[in-house]
Amino acid sequence: MKKRVVSALLIAAMAVTAMAGCGSNSGGSGGGNDGGSASGEEGKVINIYSWNDEFRERVEAVYPEVKETSSDGTVTTLNDGTEIHWIINPNQDGVYQQKLDEALMKQADAAADDKIDIFLSETDYVNKYTDKDADAAMPLKDLGIDPEKDLADQYEFTKVTASDTEGVQRGSTWQCCPGLLVYRRDIAKEVFGTDDPEEIGQKVKDWDAMKGTAEELKAKGYFTFSSYADTFRLYGNSIAESWVSPGETVIKVDQKIMDWVKSSKEWLDAGYLDKNVKGQWNDDWNKAMGSASKVFAFLFPAWGIDFTLKPNWDGGDGVWGVTNPPQEYNWGGSYVHACTGTDNAEHVKDIILAVTVNKDNLLKISKDYSDFTNTVSGMQEAAKDDSFSSEFLGGQNAFTYFAPVAENIQIAPLSAYDQGCVELIQNSFSDYLQGKIDYDKAKTNFETAIKERYPDITEIQWPE
Amino acid sequence: MKQKNKKVDYSKWGYFFILPFFISFFIFSLIPLIDTIRYSFFEYYRSGIKEIGPNFVGMANYASLLGSDMLKYAANTMILWVIGFIPQIVIALVLAEWFVDARLKIRGTQFFKVVIYLPNLIMASAFAMLFFTMFSTNGPVNGILMSIGLTSKPIDFLGSVMGTRSLVGFMNFLMWFGNSTIMLMAAIMGISPDIFEASELDGCNSFQRFFFITLPQIRPILAYTLITAIIGGLQMFDVPQILTNGQGSPDRTSMTLIMFLNSHLKSRNYGMAGALSVYLFIVSGILCFFVYRMTNNDDPDGSKAAAKKAKKLAKKQGRG
Repeated sequence: MKKRVVSALLIAAMAVTAMAGCGSNSGGSGGGNDGGSASGEEGKVINIYSWNDEFRERVEAVYPEVKETSSDGTVTTLNDGTEIHWIINPNQDGVYQQKLDEALMKQADAAADDKIDIFLSETDYVNKYTDKDADAAMPLKDLGIDPEKDLADQYEFTKVTASDTEGVQRGSTWQCCPGLLVYRRDIAKEVFGTDDPEEIGQKVKDWDAMKGTAEELKAKGYFTFSSYADTFRLYGNSIAESWVSPGETVIKVDQKIMDWVKSSKEWLDAGYLDKNVKGQWNDDWNKAMGSASKVFAFLFPAWGIDFTLKPNWDGGDGVWGVTNPPQEYNWGGSYVHACTGTDNAEHVKDIILAVTVNKDNLLKISKDYSDFTNTVSGMQEAAKDDSFSSEFLGGQNAFTYFAPVAENIQIAPLSAYDQGCVELIQNSFSDYLQGKIDYDKAKTNFETAIKERYPDITEIQWPE
Repeated sequence: MKQKNKKVDYSKWGYFFILPFFISFFIFSLIPLIDTIRYSFFEYYRSGIKEIGPNFVGMANYASLLGSDMLKYAANTMILWVIGFIPQIVIALVLAEWFVDARLKIRGTQFFKVVIYLPNLIMASAFAMLFFTMFSTNGPVNGILMSIGLTSKPIDFLGSVMGTRSLVGFMNFLMWFGNSTIMLMAAIMGISPDIFEASELDGCNSFQRFFFITLPQIRPILAYTLITAIIGGLQMFDVPQILTNGQGSPDRTSMTLIMFLNSHLKSRNYGMAGALSVYLFIVSGILCFFVYRMTNNDDPDGSKAAAKKAKKLAKKQGRG
């Protein structure tokens, strides 16, 4: 334990060392409201808002100017003496967004060293901050980053996600979250006689094939997926129209969502899903990933395999394998934004470039943290490079499957209301799927809940 | 005349010493209270990171709350509270009576007092978390039930209305019965032993003693317990919030008023939340008033109603 602390300290220390170099002079740049000009004087303190240590670890790992990080992880010093202050608030229950919103409201009046310089957001609510009128995240162009040229190697959909309605990119990410189908090799062998990813991939290549496979699994007493929530991202992230069109206050529920409800009901009633697992991120769901579970597969992006599946798995390595999902999808992703009004534009630009653009850095992140990173050419190389293979997956190189999925992802159009919609529609229809209430009641419950969450919503339109 | 001037006036020190309370009450309670009431007349919320309002809308918030499911949530709150409170007060009374009864000579009352109070020391959210895990479909409770053969399939406690409500009630009971027991014990111990002795000499059995001496004697404390429990019940939040993940599932049947309030605060809807708070304020005010009236009526030198009642009783007895 002690050793771990010490080594963490050392890493932190190294990280801070690496971070100090760019011309940081004294004081804050006068106006602060337009930190875009690269020639302005740099402030002494860079404030970064995030919900966990992930971004700090990435910065420490790849930003060369980092000198050291304090033992409690709140301050990272750069080579030139500039300090990065990490303001971490947990994501649960929207705490992070509350704190961030509060700080953003005060951004204009804050002292230069108290201004937010960088903040992070997730795909579910990135749109709230990249909104043009909100003007919280700076266009990358104003920082001196040309998305066309500098970010050419990034996956297109990540750039679209981080852009406002006019297509101005206001954030960048190091991470790209294409999802795969992760399956139990032992169950595959028993039911299909093979655990070869190619052959399993054929069996799950689309929803029709998937259904036949589900029937086979059911005959042997296995569930295909654990819960109806597992498949939600595949439908929910491929909606044709955003939940709320820009400038409107009407929620349009996409046909795809209703398809999810319909097929989930069908699958649940047919016994392809485990009735006892209600939604994700609960104990039952975690247990479904254990060796005693009868669940054949999960749908996960890279982070899910590493942070969710692995800790919940109680067997040895090599039991799980990955293959293509029935439909390409993306799940999650953290975006890095330069905050409007930053007094450290030069540093911010450097950090964004180092962590989200530099290909060598991204490959290093991929290797060390098994993240699927945002570089098209790099990921293609990783797919062919066996040094990226995973012990946990029995020596399989997951990048071989991730890369093609990432290239085919069609990201759903976003709106600032996504997080609430995604969360509440699943909650409302959860009761319906479990047979507690009828279909229309679920609709009404969603309408009630969403109007509570977003008081400005005036109407909910359902398809058909 | 001279003497009067000489008299030192200590009363100002009294005011001086209660000043801190009034200052902090003013700053931390009264101003927010008035602010809440003020905002309840405004449209004031946040959309994304844009602030809407405050725009004065009169009683619109109150009207739209009446049109919403508020009354349903009030009923939920009431049901959840009753499920927890009835066993709580019954068990507390019985335990208090037993612990205090000198003739029973229960050993280790001190130990039991601590033990029954312990659940109250656990954070409600942690307690709810624990129950959530224990009663989940794959949880230990189902495991035990299945292994001793009481049920062949796991029972979906948290998926049924009855299950969720009873669990919430049960948790509230567990958390608060120790607290009530200790309070009631104090009350029973405050009764003069003369009365008990006299009753014994008159050949009173323990049931009679409980119903005709103990209960009437501890009425003020009982009233206090009832009032605090009602107010606590109205504010019921943490247990159902954690147990149902803030959804009041299934189908919002365990959504309490404060959970409803909290879902408005998620969007920083100060106007609507303020209006709901004012409703709650009024309701608790009325409830308190009733309980006070109810419990003070029998005081012979108190209200008129009590005097009347006493008179009536005397008449009846006279006739009989």
